[in-house]
Amino acid sequence: MTLLGIAVVIIGFALRFNPLLVVVVAGIVTGLAGNLPVEKILAIFGEAFVKNRYLPLFMLTLPVIGLLERNGLKEQALALIGKIKAATTGRLLILYLFIRELAAAIGLTALGGHAQLVRPLIAPMAEAAAENKYGPLPESTRNKIKAFSASADNVGLFFGEDIFIAFGAILLMKGFFEQNGIILEPLHIAVWGIPTAIAAFIIHGTRLFLLDRKIQREVECGAAGNKQVKELNKHAY
Amino acid sequence: MLISLNHIYYILGALVAIVALLSFQDKGNPKRVLTGTFWGLYAISFLFGNMISPVYMGVLAIAMAVIAGFGGVRMGKHAEATVEERTAQAKKLGNWLFMPALLIPIITIIGTLGLKDFTIAGLQLLDKANITLVSLGVACVIALLAAMSLTKDKKLQPIKESRRLFDAIGWAAVLPQMLATLGALFAAAGVGQVVSDLVSAAIPVDNRFMVVLAYTIGMALFTMIMGNAFAAFPVMTAGVGLPLIVKMHGGDPAVLAAIGMFSGYCGTLMTPMAANFNIVPAALLDLPDKNGVIKAQVPTAILLLTVNVFLMYFLVF
Repeated sequence: MTLLGIAVVIIGFALRFNPLLVVVVAGIVTGLAGNLPVEKILAIFGEAFVKNRYLPLFMLTLPVIGLLERNGLKEQALALIGKIKAATTGRLLILYLFIRELAAAIGLTALGGHAQLVRPLIAPMAEAAAENKYGPLPESTRNKIKAFSASADNVGLFFGEDIFIAFGAILLMKGFFEQNGIILEPLHIAVWGIPTAIAAFIIHGTRLFLLDRKIQREVECGAAGNKQVKELNKHAY
Repeated sequence: MLISLNHIYYILGALVAIVALLSFQDKGNPKRVLTGTFWGLYAISFLFGNMISPVYMGVLAIAMAVIAGFGGVRMGKHAEATVEERTAQAKKLGNWLFMPALLIPIITIIGTLGLKDFTIAGLQLLDKANITLVSLGVACVIALLAAMSLTKDKKLQPIKESRRLFDAIGWAAVLPQMLATLGALFAAAGVGQVVSDLVSAAIPVDNRFMVVLAYTIGMALFTMIMGNAFAAFPVMTAGVGLPLIVKMHGGDPAVLAAIGMFSGYCGTLMTPMAANFNIVPAALLDLPDKNGVIKAQVPTAILLLTVNVFLMYFLVF
């Protein structure tokens, strides 16, 4: 019965309800299933909400980031990236993965994102790099490059972010252990994230490196296919 | 002490309160009253969180979720700088633009590492118990002053820009906090105990490797189900990590936390439930296969999860 809240979360997310609402309903259901009185449930909500007010402290960075964005932070970042002559899709995405992970690690999570940077800039640049080399690309290859562009953003963000001591996840962990009577310094948790962060870069970087060959193979297969079609056409004459 | 965590909350509270007022006045937002109320309630939690009784704070938190849950928090209208303006500014300011942004992590780290025991006239400068958070707060204020003097923008401009970003984040800003309350309720209702019993019954608990395996893989699977490593973390850690790895086998909680959360992120890479990372970008990039991004990530996620299992096993004990 106590696991009913988990079911609510699964069903709620599957049906695409607002996550905030799903979480609150799951909380109430869990409390009721655990035979807690309503007043106690409300008190736990309030207490935990106030106790965890440090989670959104990252919002204090927004006035700075917002002001810099208004004054061309992104444009300047692009100019800086543009100076590095990236020859291939793989190298470009490895570079983006690196910058994204590093930026996230020092707290600049706003430097990137699917809507802000991947769609308008990174994916088109990655496609252009392959096109420069091989000419027009098969549709499936094009989609693969786009998907990998998005993946570079995710991997870079996820595994860089937890090294920054003020990020929510680190603080969530600190808060959790505090509730259980163990006091941890955020910096101490952040340090132990570094090995995985390096592994993430190596693994995904290698896959991006291999992407270049995959593109080459796909394009050549496509070209060979075309040649065959042409030769068949020749025979038809 | 001179600067405590509460002071930082007051600064954030004041910022959110002004954003709320601006939202109320924004005629370009069809839901401006509800949006303003949402941010207003949030501001109250920062400014008066300690004074209001927990039951009423609970009602406040649930009210915020209800407003957001039924679409009450909308994007407002913002006077944004054009690309030409931004490019011109970028040309003028050059790489100095990165300076205030970099000041935030740099000052945070200086404060955390260097100013722990710093006193002025016998008074502790920064709250020792929350040194990182207080340092972050101070860093943001200093960085903002630097950014304002660099860009020479008018006084209310940073707050207007904040509102633009607050709006872009919207209700999601509150989600980690709300997931923490869910964790607290799971704890109070004994969910962790149930999961712990289930796992303990399923694995040989005296085998260190099996316990590590159960925790890391469990984090990934539970994250895939919940779509969020933040939600999985308290349950799996209360149920498996804390009792079995830390208490029974004497593991280091900091290592457990860091690698455990990263194992959860491996799950995030593989699930459509993490919609904003996997499904939304697929739509943004016009991929015909909505799971295209997930497919690109699955091999990385599985390899990295394997690495995490061994990192945890060798580092935590």
